Amino acid sequence: MLDFPTWKKTWLWLITAVAILAALPSLVSMTSAQWPEALPDPTVNLGLDLAGGSHILLEAEPSQVAAQRLENLEEAVRTSLRQAEPRIRIGDVSTADGRLTFMVEDMGEVDRARELILPLVNGNGMVREWDLSMVDETRFVLTPTEQGLEQAVTDAMDSATEVVRKRIDSLGTREPTIIRQGDTRIVVQVPGLQDPDALKELLGQTARLEFKLVDQTALPSDVAAGVAPPGSEIVPFAETTAQAGTSLAVRRLGGIRGDNLVGAQQTFDPQTNEPVVSITFDQQGGARFANLTRENVNKPFAIILDGKVLSAPNINEPILGGSASISGGFTTETANNLAISLRSGALPVDLAVIEERTVGPDLGADSIRSGLLAMTIGSVAVIVLMIATYGRFGIYATAALVINVLMILGIMAVLNTTLTLPGIAGFVLTIGAAVDANVLINERIREERKRGRRVVAAVETGYKEASRAIYDANVTNFIAGVLLFLFGSGPIRGFAVVLVIGLFTSVFTAVTLTRMWVAGWLRKARPSELNL
Amino acid sequence: MKLLKLVPDDTNIAFLKWRVPFFAVSIVLIVASWIMVAVNGLNYGVDFAGGQEIRATFVGEAQAPVGEIRTTVGGLEGVENPVIQRFGAPNQVSIRVALPAEADGDPEYANRMADRITGALEADHPDVRIDGVDSVSGKVSGEFRDDAIWALVAAMLAVAAYIWIRFEWQFGVGGLFALFHDVSLTLGMFALFQLEFSLQIIAAILAIIGYSLNDTIVVYDRIRENLKKYRRMPVPELLDLSVNETLARTVMTSLTLLVALVPLLLFGPESLFGLVAAITLGIFVGTYSSIYMAAPLLVWMGVTSTSFVPDESDEDRQARLAREGR
Repeated sequence: MLDFPTWKKTWLWLITAVAILAALPSLVSMTSAQWPEALPDPTVNLGLDLAGGSHILLEAEPSQVAAQRLENLEEAVRTSLRQAEPRIRIGDVSTADGRLTFMVEDMGEVDRARELILPLVNGNGMVREWDLSMVDETRFVLTPTEQGLEQAVTDAMDSATEVVRKRIDSLGTREPTIIRQGDTRIVVQVPGLQDPDALKELLGQTARLEFKLVDQTALPSDVAAGVAPPGSEIVPFAETTAQAGTSLAVRRLGGIRGDNLVGAQQTFDPQTNEPVVSITFDQQGGARFANLTRENVNKPFAIILDGKVLSAPNINEPILGGSASISGGFTTETANNLAISLRSGALPVDLAVIEERTVGPDLGADSIRSGLLAMTIGSVAVIVLMIATYGRFGIYATAALVINVLMILGIMAVLNTTLTLPGIAGFVLTIGAAVDANVLINERIREERKRGRRVVAAVETGYKEASRAIYDANVTNFIAGVLLFLFGSGPIRGFAVVLVIGLFTSVFTAVTLTRMWVAGWLRKARPSELNL
Repeated sequence: MKLLKLVPDDTNIAFLKWRVPFFAVSIVLIVASWIMVAVNGLNYGVDFAGGQEIRATFVGEAQAPVGEIRTTVGGLEGVENPVIQRFGAPNQVSIRVALPAEADGDPEYANRMADRITGALEADHPDVRIDGVDSVSGKVSGEFRDDAIWALVAAMLAVAAYIWIRFEWQFGVGGLFALFHDVSLTLGMFALFQLEFSLQIIAAILAIIGYSLNDTIVVYDRIRENLKKYRRMPVPELLDLSVNETLARTVMTSLTLLVALVPLLLFGPESLFGLVAAITLGIFVGTYSSIYMAAPLLVWMGVTSTSFVPDESDEDRQARLAREGR
């Protein structure tokens, strides 16, 4: 047990040195000193609860994706049949119960219609997107497949994550974390943010911009009652507009979406000096916008943002340049936010903020300062107590404890883990375990001396007998740590990570390293009596 | 240098002599704790109940205007019985508002409400600094609760299974019971004093379980060792011996941890107070349960030295023969 060949000693020192080196950047970053940029700098991330910042959990409603998908299908089916040569007429179109059903008016056209629709149903991916069945020979029924819907939700979440990332990047915050969580959630963590409200506003805005024709056939009384003519829908005016509280009937299909933008900027209306958002379409979008305006000169069209009408201007002449400006009772700030949102693209699905945790930077800094003070006092007290009780062995134990803390920090830095408040509880527990290991060993050596063993034999037996309990205690805590990590959520995991890392390092430092030092001392000093 | 000795050599305290009354008291405490949890309920923080907690500092004032805040916040739509507490310095408060029933099925409710509250505070008190906002919807808080319960149960059962494998089934049961005791008493304490029960407290309970487990295993290890050494010693006596032999270690370890924790309690950040207080309390509970729950259960479950018979090595046997004077 006390035999340490040179190669073994070299290894132990090497491991220790590497772990401590890995901890250095983290330690330097806690002071005001600068870590040289040329060197690698793995640092322990401080959780938002310690460092300050915002944690926002966003959730999407999958049913919305399904509805959008159904609308897209309807539009695609109609377009494809309308553009067929000769045109195939359909009727009795319904989108109830998440299914699209329609009847082909001419029985002889059923097969041709079927051929046109099949590519839309099968999609271009690996999964079939819709099940196609026929009722009464002329009625088509398109039902979404489960895989198709799942795929659509996954795709929507992927692009939503991308959009969220773009929007946050536009704020210029440092090191935001944006992670998909589960099927329908996105976690956003932004350290050191000054104004979480701006962030939330930006993320909460879907920014789906639509241009739809106003249905002029609708009776004002029907619109007020919320009854739309066939093929139209009722859309309320936005609260910021002068017409807030009233609604408008617009044609459901045949409009265009503001997906194809290359630019969006907050500017001012030259006449009214009102803040507006200027948008520029890409080539495809510009062409469609030109078509829409050319075909509907002298008719009003509605500019709709996230299901609210911003304005409904008259088309005085075709707009061919591919750019337009949008007004709607904006302030400079809301116009600017909308411009950012439009630039980053619309969210394919609405995201709701279902959890928010914000810690102001002052509070975070206060926490760290008083935490460090308290830990310093505690450490000094522990060191005094250990040395007063175990003398030389207490010094070894203390040295092991310091190395232990550094190693935990170093490993956490290299693994790029985050230290949170619950993680500090894990820290306290592992340090307790490390102290306990040394107490067990030293008490056992005392005991063995009392029973009359010689110095070397007592130390050897002490380490051997105490190791069994240390081993069992650490394995049980390790098992607990792993299970907590697997079953627990965020904060519990923060605890478990530190615990599991700390168990390894505390056995290494409190048992192996101290044994090496004690062995070295015994060999050199050959004491006949232990002051323990 | 004369070293410190916290526990005199060769203590011989008859811990197990009082095992029946102590055990009875422990059972009563466990039952009382659960009754307390059932009757009083836990004072769930926003993590588990949903709602929002806002921490604010009134920068220019010596004292936070609690009364005015109550009027401002209480007058808002959807806010019922806001809990306004001092938090840290006299000009710092924490404002906690539970989710009303109508928030069901509206995951964004909590967040909108938090915005309303911070907005109203900032309008009425220009010198307010919002230090933190926690807003948790009912959906997320329910998941937190389920996750925490599953994680705790899974960890406790797995640990008991390991002790069973390494020791004997009686030890596994004893260890599990000791953990159950610790968790119950901690929960009971939180229910009794209506301290805020948050995710941090779950972390504290985890630390308590870890510590208590450590303690139980140290005592069990010594019992296992002594069972091999002293085959003929009556089990209660043997348990007493084991507890006494490890007493110096128990006292020293607990004291060291307390010495580290008390400064955190006194000078540490306000946000850590609940966590550290629970762990500190847990050190006493955990140490107690190792001696008075984990050990006496072994007597009643009929642990005998035959459980560990074949393990005696030559060295141990010679040591035993020498000790037993043959």
